[in-house]
Amino acid sequence: MSEKVLVIGSGPIIIGQAAEFDYSGTQGCLALKEEGFEVVLVNNNPATIMTDPAIADSVYCEPLTVESIETIIQQENPDALLSGLGGQTALNLAVDLQEAGVLHKYGVKVLGTSIDSIQQGEDREQFRQVMQETEQPVVESEVITDYEAAKAFAFHTGFPVISRPAYTLGGRGGGIAHDEAELEVLMKDGLKASPISQVILEKSIAGFKEIEYEVMRDTDGTCISVCNMENIDPVGVHTGDSIVTAPSQTLTDKEYQMLREAALEIVNSLNVIGGCNVQFALDPKSNQYYVIEVNPRVSRSSALASKATGYPIAKMAAKLALGYRLDELMNPLTGYTYASFEPTLDYVVVKFPRWPFDKFKGANRTLGTKMKATGEVMAIERTLEAAFTKAIDSLDQTLPTFDEKTAWEHIQAPTDARFFAVLDLMRNGTSLEEVYEATGFDPFFLRVFENMLTWEKRLTKDLSLETLKEAKQNGVSDAKLAGITGKPEIEWVRFRQKHGIKPSYKIVDTCAGEFEAETNYVYSTYAGTTEIEPLEAKKKALIIGAGPIRIGQGVEFDYSAVKAIESLQNQGYTTIMINNNPETVSTDYETADRLYFEPLKLENILDVAAFEQVDIVFTAFGGQTALNVTEEIENQGYTVAGVPASVIASLEDREAFYDLLQTIDVPHVPGEMCHSAEEARQAADTYQYPLLCRPSYVIGGQGMVVIHSKDELEAALEETEAKHYPLVMDQFITGEEVEVELVSNGRNVFIPGLMAHIEAAGVHSGDSMAVFPAQVETSVQEQVETYAERIATHVNYKGIMNIQFLINNDDVYVLEVNPRSSRTVPIVSKTAAVPLIDWAVKAMVDEAMELPSVKPDIPYTAVKFPVFSSHALAELDHKLGANMMSTGEGMYLGKTTEQALAKVFEHLPSPESSACFEEGQDGDFNTWLSSSEAAVYHNEEDTEEAKEKRVEALKAGITIFSNEATYQAYVQSVGDRNKERIALVQPKGNEVMI
Amino acid sequence: MKGVIQLEDGQFFEGEASTEWTTAIEGEVVFFTGMTGYQEVLTDPSYRGQIVVFTYPLIGNYGVSAASAESKEPQVKGAVMWKCSEDDSHYMADQSLAAYMEGWNIPYLTNVDTRELTKAIRTKGTCRASMANKKKAPAPVDAAGQVYEVSRNEKQVYGDGDTHLVLVDFGLKQSILDELLAGGAKVTIVPFSDMEDIHEIDPDGVVLSNGPGDPKDVTGYLEQIKKVLDTYPSFGICYGHQVICLAYGADTKKLPFGHRGANHPVKDKKTNHVFITSQNHNYVVTPGSLESTPLEARMIHVNDGSVEGIVHPTKPIFSAQFHPEANPGPKDAVWMIEEFFALVEKKGVTAYV
Repeated sequence: MSEKVLVIGSGPIIIGQAAEFDYSGTQGCLALKEEGFEVVLVNNNPATIMTDPAIADSVYCEPLTVESIETIIQQENPDALLSGLGGQTALNLAVDLQEAGVLHKYGVKVLGTSIDSIQQGEDREQFRQVMQETEQPVVESEVITDYEAAKAFAFHTGFPVISRPAYTLGGRGGGIAHDEAELEVLMKDGLKASPISQVILEKSIAGFKEIEYEVMRDTDGTCISVCNMENIDPVGVHTGDSIVTAPSQTLTDKEYQMLREAALEIVNSLNVIGGCNVQFALDPKSNQYYVIEVNPRVSRSSALASKATGYPIAKMAAKLALGYRLDELMNPLTGYTYASFEPTLDYVVVKFPRWPFDKFKGANRTLGTKMKATGEVMAIERTLEAAFTKAIDSLDQTLPTFDEKTAWEHIQAPTDARFFAVLDLMRNGTSLEEVYEATGFDPFFLRVFENMLTWEKRLTKDLSLETLKEAKQNGVSDAKLAGITGKPEIEWVRFRQKHGIKPSYKIVDTCAGEFEAETNYVYSTYAGTTEIEPLEAKKKALIIGAGPIRIGQGVEFDYSAVKAIESLQNQGYTTIMINNNPETVSTDYETADRLYFEPLKLENILDVAAFEQVDIVFTAFGGQTALNVTEEIENQGYTVAGVPASVIASLEDREAFYDLLQTIDVPHVPGEMCHSAEEARQAADTYQYPLLCRPSYVIGGQGMVVIHSKDELEAALEETEAKHYPLVMDQFITGEEVEVELVSNGRNVFIPGLMAHIEAAGVHSGDSMAVFPAQVETSVQEQVETYAERIATHVNYKGIMNIQFLINNDDVYVLEVNPRSSRTVPIVSKTAAVPLIDWAVKAMVDEAMELPSVKPDIPYTAVKFPVFSSHALAELDHKLGANMMSTGEGMYLGKTTEQALAKVFEHLPSPESSACFEEGQDGDFNTWLSSSEAAVYHNEEDTEEAKEKRVEALKAGITIFSNEATYQAYVQSVGDRNKERIALVQPKGNEVMI
Repeated sequence: MKGVIQLEDGQFFEGEASTEWTTAIEGEVVFFTGMTGYQEVLTDPSYRGQIVVFTYPLIGNYGVSAASAESKEPQVKGAVMWKCSEDDSHYMADQSLAAYMEGWNIPYLTNVDTRELTKAIRTKGTCRASMANKKKAPAPVDAAGQVYEVSRNEKQVYGDGDTHLVLVDFGLKQSILDELLAGGAKVTIVPFSDMEDIHEIDPDGVVLSNGPGDPKDVTGYLEQIKKVLDTYPSFGICYGHQVICLAYGADTKKLPFGHRGANHPVKDKKTNHVFITSQNHNYVVTPGSLESTPLEARMIHVNDGSVEGIVHPTKPIFSAQFHPEANPGPKDAVWMIEEFFALVEKKGVTAYV
């Protein structure tokens, strides 16, 4: 057996490849270490737990390219490669490494599913051949490499036809064409998106049920189905954009077994070793089915299936890759059954996608074969009504309501809001049959929705305790009660708790109670009694998670939560996690001492806190979602770790914050607090445009915009929801933006270094490239650190804090403070090799905690860069601005800043070449765009024409530059391209603390 | 209307009764952990006289259809669920589960915390229970001889294939017959009490069916059974497997709470292959008891190591404690039926080794 294993991660978070690979990758690496292997990890995503030095023996945040990996192989000399945990990115890279002869050259063997099998599953033509050999039905289709052939196929089978480009993730470049004109566009996009210029065109089977199976297979050929899932949205909407239940709800046993058998047969014929996902379309009116696709690796669905069943697919897949058999691995949840046991559920699971359209008003919300969701939530209950409600509550967003006309538009498109449009129509009397005809949602599900609405209606007339109790079983949450009665959620929580209407807590055990299982994986239900006792502990801490991955609140918040749990455990705390994101490490039941898989509404948090009688609650490690509930939790008499809600308010509320800054003589950008649109107009008049408009209580700069004129101001106010007042009108001053992550014990602070943005202020920090540690003038650095310390010590701040500064001609202004763990914590922590979260937690729980006074010695420079999901949202102009658009970030290290920067752009051609097009200098845009070499487009203009051109370029898969600073960084980096591949320095424990 | 299920030890669980019951419904209470297949369970003669608890909370989602019946009527004494659907919309459904239960007058409880009830059965072991509108202790009499209730009274012939098989009826599931017919056999169903007639029929092979309750209920027939086994290639399923073992002198015992569900991993020692099986049995062959017989344990339960199938080293006889015919559950072991056909077709050519 091998001793050193190279693991490839999935890279930055993009739509279609998100935090689920942090979960599976982390599990996989830990499983390898558990078996005594040395793990070398390559993953350029710094925000994850997977790239934490504790997870692998060496971590390389380096480009995921053949060249880069080859150098690392030379340096590390691994015996084997495991690529099945890093999504499509890792799988494609493994195929490329094989084809380039790298694996053979260095004698690196492939663990798990072989490259040949991967290709059989992924290459559309090979896949169809395997299906034919195993006599599995596939939809009439053809492999297409040019438009003429596509046209011939479509005329032969008839429209609509579906296009799926080969070797792409999240359905990138795919879609449905209803006529010839649509087909032409689709083919152009699809052939470009596919790295081998190949798409598969198939006859549309829209309206079929979409069913998935998660299958495990070992080297002996033993196969089990861990879980099956049924999409509520019929075929036609990408499974990542579908509302999903587990297990399937409307399949007879014969149908369930027919598809299970087909899935096992396929996985066997592909010789998969590890996990595999098989997707089917099933006719709702006959037993005709088709195999849609196979993913011979762990996937988003396998993460979901792991959380839905309690069966750790990625961990087992890693062990199967090492040669273990399913019947010799224990099921860790029961400790009695083996991994060859098929989980059975005694609850229902609903997964709901989280889309970015609340941030992107202009985006095309129509759903199809291309995934658009950035994340997802999962809910567990014993009735579907309650599970749906929990899922909706977990979305953490304002739910839309529609008039009849708009509702039908959302249904017909269909858009992300189809589900809510259906509820609205049914609420207003549209019949089940009519909705069924329009949506293809199985009547079984529509009756569930009908029941939810019936209860909603009943409560408008009857709020007796008896009715309330029954309503809870049927999915009426306290938030819903608040909507019905106009009384705030918190009052309903209090009312319920006072009258003893409390949820029961049950456990997820993989076996429906058949065997005794001491599990710590808990969900609440009103259908039945509580089967667990509160944890016995001296000190009990509740950590509130960040919910679904969305733009502005990504996987980095999960990193913080997980590290906080680790720290608390080391300090003798018993930890309780509450979260609802099935993709993450924080919801791995092995992370905290107990996991409550729940929405993050006050209802759920306070019920858990009351049941467990927790000693302390942590709201600083779950992004804005967790921070926003601090005050209410404190009001209920719980101790919130760190500082009181009043201090948080004094830093978050702009008015109070500006007062505070004045008191301690720290300059801020001139600005005014506006409590209404009218006040905003008045304020605008007293300043000179441009202004920066910042709404309150938003994530990732949502609604934040630079305003150049009165018209723009009106447009911005139109978009602002009432709950986002007060908003701040700042004078928009440009300059260099610098931020710090600091840990404070109330007396002094620890600042590992400064992070400087490449782009000037005005670009959201999440969308900026940034350098850490930054080289700035000593006077500026001192000023920044002085101000930071002054703010933190003035409010006696305990814990972690992010402060953003603006440097304008040597003047330092404070822009904003985030009194919580922020996006850049993992980057700073990993680069500086200091355990920031650990220290923050210690500062929060230990009065006497001392911070080190020595700055860390950082042997390299890191550059963080944003990653955009333009493949999924190509119709959006991605010009950098105040509203964050990136879905993820990457990081590279260099011996110098220049070397690190060069890695960000090393995949791009030389700016001198004709592959790059600079607007206004390089001739005709359209001619260039249609050339095969077109790769880089630079245009910073704000005009409609520029916007359209950028969008055109994005759709063609071109890298665009819309900011001078970013572009210059690219141009200047060419001379610094290098082959240095640097592993992160492992932290030296706590020795700097003494 | 309120309803209560009470176990022998006094533990009780409240819910909604399907109707007002004049007398308490009593029977052995068992739980089924499969997430689909409620109709197959309700109509499987092996559940004869039992009260079945469904651990999956939503039962009846796809209605009831003639195609999913394992016998012509429901066999259970009663059912306990969280929810029993009153609607159906599946294209195969003839009616809703609630309507079906009411049509056949099968009492059931809903809104019961079936997880807690399941855990009580798991801890206590299979026991008697009573369902009533008010709490009522079950009578302390164990049911016996259910096999006599469900076996047919007379022979029946199905199909016209070249291979002629006898299917000995201990309370057979329709799916076993269907599988044999699908394999191309002519099948003569013979009640277990008429075993001696098999020699007259002189089939190519014999399949011993599943059935309810204690295999020792048919102790009086073991001698006849052995004679048949010694003469014809034979394959036993579930009860049939237990009877084969008893006939060769092995012993059976009751499991603490049985194996029921669609997710039981079984290992074939011959191939080292593991597959998932559908199971429903309270009794099991005592492992040590095989030592005094010629039989060998070929199939082993991965979780508890219990005997899941035997093979005769010199005679063409083998068996499965589980249900290779599935329904409900996975068909991963259907190859055993194919293997039996292959064995039967080799009859007289070479001995089965």
